[in-house]
Amino acid sequence: MERFDAIVVGAGPAGTTAALVLARSGLRVALLERGAYPGAKNLMGGVLYTEVLASLVPDFRERGAPLERYVARRGLSILSAGAETALSFQTGAWDAPPHNHGYTVLRARFDRWYAGLAEEAGAELVCGVGVDRLLADGDGTTCGVAVRMPADASPAEGELRAPVVILADGVNSVLAEAAGLRPKPRPGHVALGIKETLALPRETIEDRFGLAGDQGVAWTYVGEATGGRRGAGFLYTNRDTLSVGLVVYAADLADSDVAPAELLDRFKEHPAVAPRLRDAEPLEYGAHLVPEGGYDRVPPLARDGLLLAGDAAGLVGASPRPQGSNYAMASGELAARAVLEAREAGDFSAAALSRYRDLLAESFVLKQLEHHRDWPGFVERNPHVFASWPAALTALVEAALRQDGREPQQREAELWDLFQRRVGVLPLATTAVQLRNALRILGYGKTDRLVEYLARNW
Amino acid sequence: MTVDEKLTRNAFKPDEESHISLDEAVCRSRCTERYCVRVCPAALYAWSEEGDRMVVEHAGCLECGTCLVACSHGALAWRYPRGGRGVQYRYG
Repeated sequence: MERFDAIVVGAGPAGTTAALVLARSGLRVALLERGAYPGAKNLMGGVLYTEVLASLVPDFRERGAPLERYVARRGLSILSAGAETALSFQTGAWDAPPHNHGYTVLRARFDRWYAGLAEEAGAELVCGVGVDRLLADGDGTTCGVAVRMPADASPAEGELRAPVVILADGVNSVLAEAAGLRPKPRPGHVALGIKETLALPRETIEDRFGLAGDQGVAWTYVGEATGGRRGAGFLYTNRDTLSVGLVVYAADLADSDVAPAELLDRFKEHPAVAPRLRDAEPLEYGAHLVPEGGYDRVPPLARDGLLLAGDAAGLVGASPRPQGSNYAMASGELAARAVLEAREAGDFSAAALSRYRDLLAESFVLKQLEHHRDWPGFVERNPHVFASWPAALTALVEAALRQDGREPQQREAELWDLFQRRVGVLPLATTAVQLRNALRILGYGKTDRLVEYLARNW
Repeated sequence: MTVDEKLTRNAFKPDEESHISLDEAVCRSRCTERYCVRVCPAALYAWSEEGDRMVVEHAGCLECGTCLVACSHGALAWRYPRGGRGVQYRYG
């Protein structure tokens, strides 16, 4: 039985950050990873936002962080079955470091590199170990973990002890569920991300997307991308690969007759997407859940001797611009700081560790989650924004641009008729008000807050 | 491209023991929705008419957990493949 100052379960962005910070402060910390290497089980779209990384490892670029490309251009496409309406943004300001802090990454590479930093700092990384359960002493305080060793190791099982455990074991955190800290997620509160990584020569990517050097593209697709289901499609350029995939609410998949893999194939074959993927060779197919519950689904984050970080705590910024890995890093860092303070005071009780929640509340993590707390509800109440409006918009644009010798009055009458049939004034107005409230924009103020508070506590 | 073709590109280190177990009685008699069949991105679940039971092929599992979330009958028991086994993302 080994004794540590702290045990971290899961070597993703949250766990590795926690282990890094604790190891730098001189603690003996175990970083346990069930994959054969950090990142073996991890997957995201994905863009990594690097502010937290930069604050912890200012020279991350020089230290060879496996960043694929910086995001030089962002785009949003609204798809119907055969058409695309798109918006894109690019600015020279993002061409200079820190590149607006956005880089495409491949998590199997990134997580492995990042865990290496924690190891260099002194954390003891052990891969291939599954954590079966938490150990508790007489009064229920967590005091370690029971592990299953790698398949051929002997002994097959073991126990590690520490006065505090940080659970950063991901969205499915079976340990947090078993500990009663959170319920099993409901299909409306998680989305399934599926993704293919495709090989394409570097020059082809740069020619095709109009990129120079390390420039990259991050593109979001809504509407037909998901066959109208709540969620979105994505396409990211990496160095010599493309990341293409979908994120779809699990509830909508459960209601669907189209299997996820088939949905992805349809997206890849869409006339707006297929030319961008031409001749790209599939290298890997992966899937991962994304917490979408937002602020109101964040579970209790601490109990005696135990803290929750990253996806295990549902700390993903469910919003029109979803982010997660940077939230995970921030929560890992703050969990570590709470542990350091608790250690200083010699008190790892839930009351002492509740400092973690306070630190998160002061940070962008809970501030942004709180700010967008009504986004999940907006998505739930407004499926038409994903289902029928994208095709309505492309139909309107098509009608507006069509050359068919109509007189202006006829054209306007047709547009108005299309709009009334496929969108409608009242649905547009009510959805717009809900969106305004969910995003807290356009003069959202004290009265709105009061109304929201009353509605929530009715 | 079929799901199987997609999966053959992946690196797997199979665990001989299945990490997914089903409560066959529940799948047979209580469940009518079969959400697991619909949601699994690796299409591992299939209802076998001749066997009159739900069949799951654990070897291609991407370990996403969507089946667990989707199963409204609690018929699924799941633990991750043993350490170091299962899917090995090389890109992620």
